[in-house]
Amino acid sequence: MSAETAAKVNGWEPKIVAFCCNWCSYGGADSAGMGRFQQPPTARIIRVMCSGRIDPLHVFNAFLEGADAVLVTGCHIGDCHYVNGNDKTKIKYKFLESVVRELGIEKERLQLNWISASEGEKFANFIRDVTEQIKKLGPSPLKPEGVA
Amino acid sequence: MGRVGAVAVIGSGIAGIQSALDLADGGFRVYLIDSKTTIGGRMAQLDKTFPTLDCAMCIVSPKLVEASRHPNIDLLLYSQVTSVSGTEGNFKLKLLKKARYVEEDKCTGCGLCVEKCPSKVADEYNAGLSMRKAIYLAFPQAVPRVMTIDAERCLFLTKGKCGVCKKVCTAGAVNYEQKDREIELDVGSIILATGFTPFDPLLLKQYRPTHPDVITSMQFERILSASGPTQGHVLRPSDGRAPKYVGFIQCIGSRNPHIGRSRCSSVCCMQATKEAIIAKEHDPNLDITIFNIDIRAFGKGFEEFYMRAQKEYGIRFISSRPPEVQMDSSGKIFVRYEDMKEGRIKNMPLDLVVLSVGLDPSPETKKLAQMLGLDLDEFGNVASLIDHPLETSAPGIHACGVVQGPKDIPDTVAQGSGAAAKASALLATERGTLVKEKIFPPERAVPEMPRIGVMVCHCGINIGSIVNVPSVIEYAKTLPNVVHAEEAIYACSRDNQEKIKILIQEKNLNRFIVASCTPRTHEQLFQNTLKEAALNPFLFEFANIREHCSWVHMNEKEKATVKAKDIVRMAAAKSSLLAPLTTSRVSVTQKALVIGGGIAGMTCALDIANNGFPVYLIEKEDMLGGLLRHVTGLEDGRKSSDIIAPLIRGVMSHPRIQVFTGTLLADLKGYVGNFEGILDTRGTKHEIKFGAAVIATGAKELVPSGYYNYGSKNIITQLQLENSLENGFEKVPGNVVMIQCAGARIPERPYCSRTCCVEAVKNAIRVKKQTKSSVYVLYRDMRTYGVWEKLYREASGLGVVFLRYSEENPPIVKDNIVTVHDLLIGDDIEIEADSIVLSCPMVAPESNAEMAKLFKIPLDRNGFFLEAHAKLRPVEFATSGVLLCGTAQAPKLIDEGIAQASGAAAKVCVLLSKEEMETDAMIAAVDEKLCIGCGTCIKICPFNAPQLIDVEVKAEEMVYLAKKSRINPAMCKGCGSCAASCPVGAISPRGFTSNQIKAVINAFGSIPVVRS
Ligand code: FES
Repeated sequence: MSAETAAKVNGWEPKIVAFCCNWCSYGGADSAGMGRFQQPPTARIIRVMCSGRIDPLHVFNAFLEGADAVLVTGCHIGDCHYVNGNDKTKIKYKFLESVVRELGIEKERLQLNWISASEGEKFANFIRDVTEQIKKLGPSPLKPEGVA
Repeated sequence: MGRVGAVAVIGSGIAGIQSALDLADGGFRVYLIDSKTTIGGRMAQLDKTFPTLDCAMCIVSPKLVEASRHPNIDLLLYSQVTSVSGTEGNFKLKLLKKARYVEEDKCTGCGLCVEKCPSKVADEYNAGLSMRKAIYLAFPQAVPRVMTIDAERCLFLTKGKCGVCKKVCTAGAVNYEQKDREIELDVGSIILATGFTPFDPLLLKQYRPTHPDVITSMQFERILSASGPTQGHVLRPSDGRAPKYVGFIQCIGSRNPHIGRSRCSSVCCMQATKEAIIAKEHDPNLDITIFNIDIRAFGKGFEEFYMRAQKEYGIRFISSRPPEVQMDSSGKIFVRYEDMKEGRIKNMPLDLVVLSVGLDPSPETKKLAQMLGLDLDEFGNVASLIDHPLETSAPGIHACGVVQGPKDIPDTVAQGSGAAAKASALLATERGTLVKEKIFPPERAVPEMPRIGVMVCHCGINIGSIVNVPSVIEYAKTLPNVVHAEEAIYACSRDNQEKIKILIQEKNLNRFIVASCTPRTHEQLFQNTLKEAALNPFLFEFANIREHCSWVHMNEKEKATVKAKDIVRMAAAKSSLLAPLTTSRVSVTQKALVIGGGIAGMTCALDIANNGFPVYLIEKEDMLGGLLRHVTGLEDGRKSSDIIAPLIRGVMSHPRIQVFTGTLLADLKGYVGNFEGILDTRGTKHEIKFGAAVIATGAKELVPSGYYNYGSKNIITQLQLENSLENGFEKVPGNVVMIQCAGARIPERPYCSRTCCVEAVKNAIRVKKQTKSSVYVLYRDMRTYGVWEKLYREASGLGVVFLRYSEENPPIVKDNIVTVHDLLIGDDIEIEADSIVLSCPMVAPESNAEMAKLFKIPLDRNGFFLEAHAKLRPVEFATSGVLLCGTAQAPKLIDEGIAQASGAAAKVCVLLSKEEMETDAMIAAVDEKLCIGCGTCIKICPFNAPQLIDVEVKAEEMVYLAKKSRINPAMCKGCGSCAASCPVGAISPRGFTSNQIKAVINAFGSIPVVRS
């Protein structure tokens, strides 16, 4: 099934991988829960201690496993629990962006966001926005055969 | 005679538990005494906590478990203190431990006896709204999990009939012959934490407290709770139907001198707001009104919470307190109130009335105070001074929590820690003399083949009402390596810790997964359980299906269930690859740094020093004293110099405190236990080493430029008034107009600054007493909370005029005329003012941002420092070794800042009490075979943890030297940045190895084939 036809199938929902750092964005996802900020059930969170741990390989693996979008998240710049892990994330993210461009994948499928542990509403809105964007795009072209 | 290194903590609510834990962690033996059958106190009865809506049981339960498991804490429950003798350093306590008629060491808490017991009695835990049996467990998560027979209700003990519990008990725990027992304790210090008892509304018959649909706020709390009598459904007691119109009446048993309760109870406004919000979450159709005198939303985040209640939840707040609950001819209840906008009396029919009952001193307090020789204040609280909030009138005996005055949970917790600091200072020489080491069973070797156990938690109904837990369990059983899966109502409860241990034993498990809440709060609890089960704690894995699932997909139950399965599958994939991790030990620099020489910083420094540890105290100004130097009078009528001067003397003369004024912290390196800082004293640099740091940098008064013509003649702030009150204010009589909330509680600065109302009434009284002036206070809500309600009363008595304005209609200042639209009269009033005093909020200094960067600690949205947890970790940061106190955290009164400072000191002392501490287990490791010695990790690491060393490499026929990276375990923080940058994949952080992350990603994609 092509991306467009799949997207037209009623009720198709993207599958999103969100890498979160333990101290900020994972906490933001927790705060979203505590504040009951509702969001579409599309994201699966993978916790790492710091966004600096996120290896570009992880991101590609996620796409190859059928993620329709991959989110790289961490503390706001300056707030990283490990001094500057997220500065390194930024650099790696630039590289990732360029590869995604080369591969011809829509840029919405890879997103970076800094979310603090208290920004529950921001986390929920982020998931909602990405879900909406990806719904319009349909399934990722990198999705392996037979994966919903 | 020497002092005794043990402390008796009387009262096991959250205050007592906190004291006990801090003392026990700091190397003292603790006896935690309570007359109840379980620990946990009132907090265990709450459904959720304001303003974060944390589930109370979820956050307190780990503390209960920790206290009950601590090797240095002995629980002495169902016990009453009968006599006390001796003095500071050496007390002798006699206790009477009542017979439970159940042997504590035999009872497994299985509950079979409860099922079979025929005798029923009203359940105290559910505030009388349901029945319990004569043999009972106080509540499902009770600690310890031991049954008790209510001797007055037991048929066997009263009439000699029945005896069924003994018959069904397979453990042979029931023992009708058990006798009350006397226990004697030797302790060096006593901490009183006996809390409160909710006001009994039977004293106010006009509110029809006996009507079934007129309930107390404590009863409503139970109705809202998933573990309560209606499983969290909002139903009215009379007919079990859902009410539509609910009305809260505030100040029942508070602010009422006619019944001897003139103080404000401090917490009821927020409790009512919270209950209203939760009720609306349960049932959005409810129409809720909170009738109040003022809404006292004074704490951190409270005003914002109060705003949300109105705007997001549509809860109505009416500033008129009905004098009674009435009943019409058809038996329907209603209240009468004054509609200020329309200026007339109205009736409102209600289906359910909630009386917001105040906090009365608990009946035990009076008895104990007599026994211990403690003074009580006019309200029945243990008497204390502003500058010594934790000390009682008897040396060696401290008080904390509500027994010292009404307060909320974070203030109670801070005081609990603070009392521990005071007690440990007294017994500093005896630290470590009476402690026991916690011995865990030796770790089992973990075979290659993973055998995973899974426990899926309902979390009351928090998870179970959205996610289909049984189907998640069935699914989990099909996952690779999962050999067992089962459910739990509360996975975190004490009995389930036992259950997990048994499962690990019986099913020979070597990995365990709990699918419930967030690892950020509960991971340690379960890791400890694994340790007790002889498994390495890092073989535990969390699946967060509450915060990340049930709470955020409340309207999509099926999809939430699918997601929960995915989360469990991903956790299981990681679990299969987990390996045991070990720690090492590093030395601790047993010195502290306190930043800020105000009242909080000085108190904190003194407490740490009195506990035996050296302290560097730095202050950026040239003088110690902080903001309080600009305040001249205290709430109790003393001068503030009366408390600053002795404190400065104490700090300056203390042999263990080194004071640096005019000094900043210029640079910082290191980590908990081993910080290195550079002090900059007017250009002179100085290097210091310390193990822990306290941020006590305070706040400042807003300069109210742009508000109410500030800057024109005769318009001053409260601090300026403080100054002139000490320097001849009486020369300018006339009309003094104070404007509250000048620059606060407005969109650009939404918070309430907590102290300004008390400050204003205090100064209004001073003006009245010094001059013939007329004083007008223009306010929105008069927030003279707690015992300071008495100042409000006194000011009114002296003729101070209070005029209430609204946010929409603030007073207008034109030249010397103040025009205010008074809500009570409903008309504009013009006052010719000789002096206009603006009550401005405290604001966070800009320098907080730099400090936050230096220590890697967060700020809240108002620029104050953000503590680790709003309720239970008020003086800590997530970053270990860095503590917080005073107005740096949020505006607060002097005694509150002092108590917090002592609390922070307690945490510092716990850290510094050990010469060595354990390093993290989750650190990076290098695979030397793969490492090519390129040095990328060295460039990446912000902590200087990796180093290149020469290693002898043996290849087939050659031996040569090669550069290889090696990680210093004391410096590595486990962030994993090096691993993500290593070009050959030679580094992997333990706990987040490349293989583990890859497995999780694979599990995200592939849905494994179901085993049949
Ligand atoms: S810890 Fe959050 S980005 Fe480093």
